[in-house]
Amino acid sequence: MTKERAIRKDETVLASSLAELQIVTSSAARNLTLAPTERGLLGFELPAAVRFYQQMMLIRLVEERLLDLFSQGLLFGTTHTSIGQEANAVGVINALDRDRDIVWSNHRCHGHFIAYSGEVEGLIAEIMGRVTGICGGRGGSQHLCFRNFHSNGIQGGIAPVAVGSALARKDEGAVAVVFLGDGTMGEGAVYESLNLASVFAAPVVFVIEDNEIAQTTPKHLTVSGSIVARAEPFGVRTFAYDGNDPIAIYELAQEAVGYVRAESRPCWLYLRTERIGPHSKGDDTRPAERLEQARARDPIPPMRRRVANADEIDAYCLNVVDRAVESAAAAALARG
Amino acid sequence: MRVVESINRALHDLMGADLRLVILGEDVLDPYGGAFKVTKGLSSAYKDRVWTTPISEGGIVGMAAGMAIKGRPVIVELMFGDFIALAADQIINHVAKFRWMYNDQVEVPVIIRAPMGGRRGYGPTHSQSLEKHFCGVPGLTVLATHEYADPGTLLHRAFASRSPHLIIENKVMYSRPVLGPDALPRPADADVVILTYGGCVEHAVAAAKKLAQEEEIATTVVAVEQLSPFPGDEVRSQVGNCTRVVAVEEGSPGWGFASECARALIGRVRHFSALTGPDHPIPSSRDWEDDLLPGVNAIQAACIELFQKG
Ligand SMILES: Cc1ncc(C[n+]2csc(CCOP(=O)(O)OP(=O)(O)O)c2C)c(N)n1
Repeated sequence: MTKERAIRKDETVLASSLAELQIVTSSAARNLTLAPTERGLLGFELPAAVRFYQQMMLIRLVEERLLDLFSQGLLFGTTHTSIGQEANAVGVINALDRDRDIVWSNHRCHGHFIAYSGEVEGLIAEIMGRVTGICGGRGGSQHLCFRNFHSNGIQGGIAPVAVGSALARKDEGAVAVVFLGDGTMGEGAVYESLNLASVFAAPVVFVIEDNEIAQTTPKHLTVSGSIVARAEPFGVRTFAYDGNDPIAIYELAQEAVGYVRAESRPCWLYLRTERIGPHSKGDDTRPAERLEQARARDPIPPMRRRVANADEIDAYCLNVVDRAVESAAAAALARG
Repeated sequence: MRVVESINRALHDLMGADLRLVILGEDVLDPYGGAFKVTKGLSSAYKDRVWTTPISEGGIVGMAAGMAIKGRPVIVELMFGDFIALAADQIINHVAKFRWMYNDQVEVPVIIRAPMGGRRGYGPTHSQSLEKHFCGVPGLTVLATHEYADPGTLLHRAFASRSPHLIIENKVMYSRPVLGPDALPRPADADVVILTYGGCVEHAVAAAKKLAQEEEIATTVVAVEQLSPFPGDEVRSQVGNCTRVVAVEEGSPGWGFASECARALIGRVRHFSALTGPDHPIPSSRDWEDDLLPGVNAIQAACIELFQKG
């Protein structure tokens, strides 16, 4: 089993080898080796609960580090963290077949991306504007591309694109997943896409991550009616969940993905969640008690209680992030 | 062969040659075959790959992008070019961006065909030439077909590039015969060069002929096929040593084709003038519309004026 390989921009590597992914060491940082471990980044060999915990921890630590780097003035631009919403990323992405399924994500994409790819260094390097970034420093935080994972920073704009990608790969039994927030329910593209997906029988899972806030705007000011009930009239089946247990989300997502794949029909997967962190950096305008409510639904502590060797996993994840940051920092800045 | 048949034949050829190719558009199915009949016969010949869509211009362009990225090239027909405004986000922020933004890991073989232009009395929202708003968008090639070239070949060329293209067609031109480049007036030592594109070409040609016959002013018509990125070198070489240039376009004044021509010719010509459409919407009244869009008489007058300047 080869553990070291450059995977970025390398179409020849099979997606099925994802299980063996290790952090990519850029040539500039070959001597910064990962602490010895037999465990793959995404923990495919681990039992579900442990694997999900590890993936959530990895996402959490990466994003906390990103905020930290920002506050130190070491990062430019912006970033949207999914702190508090990790269970969605992990639950949904693990229900997919990484060999063929397609993911379209939005501005808040790091969690989805890490759960899909395990490419921690590629992500951090991308956000740090390095040549070793997953898109060579071209895309940054919101514009990632890795195999069948794509994100874009235009609210709702990816919805029809996801429909098209699902149609293109339908013959191979692939499904596409598109992540949308509650605030994005205001975009017309979403409803055109629901209609298109239904009319053309596109195997698309529309995942709605309802954290009840869009940037600074609470849902009740801008979203009318029911988000859960929105898709039914398009003839699109709905799955809904209110909670932050990655295993429950995984099981529901499996059901949703199974339905979409078997029936070649779209579905609407509604997930009520909480954003614990700021919208981007230090721009949380919510009152303290609302934030308290959000923190009370943090998906990580309950999972931590279910995992025997949590300390060991935390240390492992922290080490991965440390190395990834060091390695990314050592790489050359991307420029034309 | 007429322009509409040239494009239609190219669509048939492309559909026959690439079994992954899909055509998307509103009302494209037979027996109707699209509002301008460009897709006629295609849905009968390729039932599974010509899809009539909801009235969702943004949605279908986005859908095309997703299909294309995952291996199914798409040709989208916009019923009227005016409706391209609804697809602006998909074109600018998705179709045109994906390849570069994703570090060349993907390609986006999407062609958007858009019938533009007036002179049919369709009024303010169905007669415009909106292409300038999509020129200068990195990652997007904008072409404008005309009957003095080969519209079908242009489509083939765009398709072969496997990159996003917007092809401007002209509603009036569909019924014109394809004449080919040799029919363009290109006198040896031109007194005036007319730079134009799309639906204005035929008016420029008619004006050039009149200028030669009535005024003995030798006039060359350069019909530009690629609007964006603007082929400055080619335009400069076509203009050659001629010092008088008139740029003609049907769209609204400013920030458009004429401005781009002027930019390409800075320091190269002595006299330059521009003819454009009006700086207000296009009226439905046919006569009024005709007065406003640059036609034979206006082009002829502009050329004479430049000629007289020395
Ligand atoms: C078309 C568009 N409009 C506005 C924005 C700016 N913006 C970025 S994220 C965001 C809020 C999105 O809220 P929501 O859909 O609820 O997702 P969340 O941020 O909660 O994950 C806004 C307004 C954008 N990126 N795209």
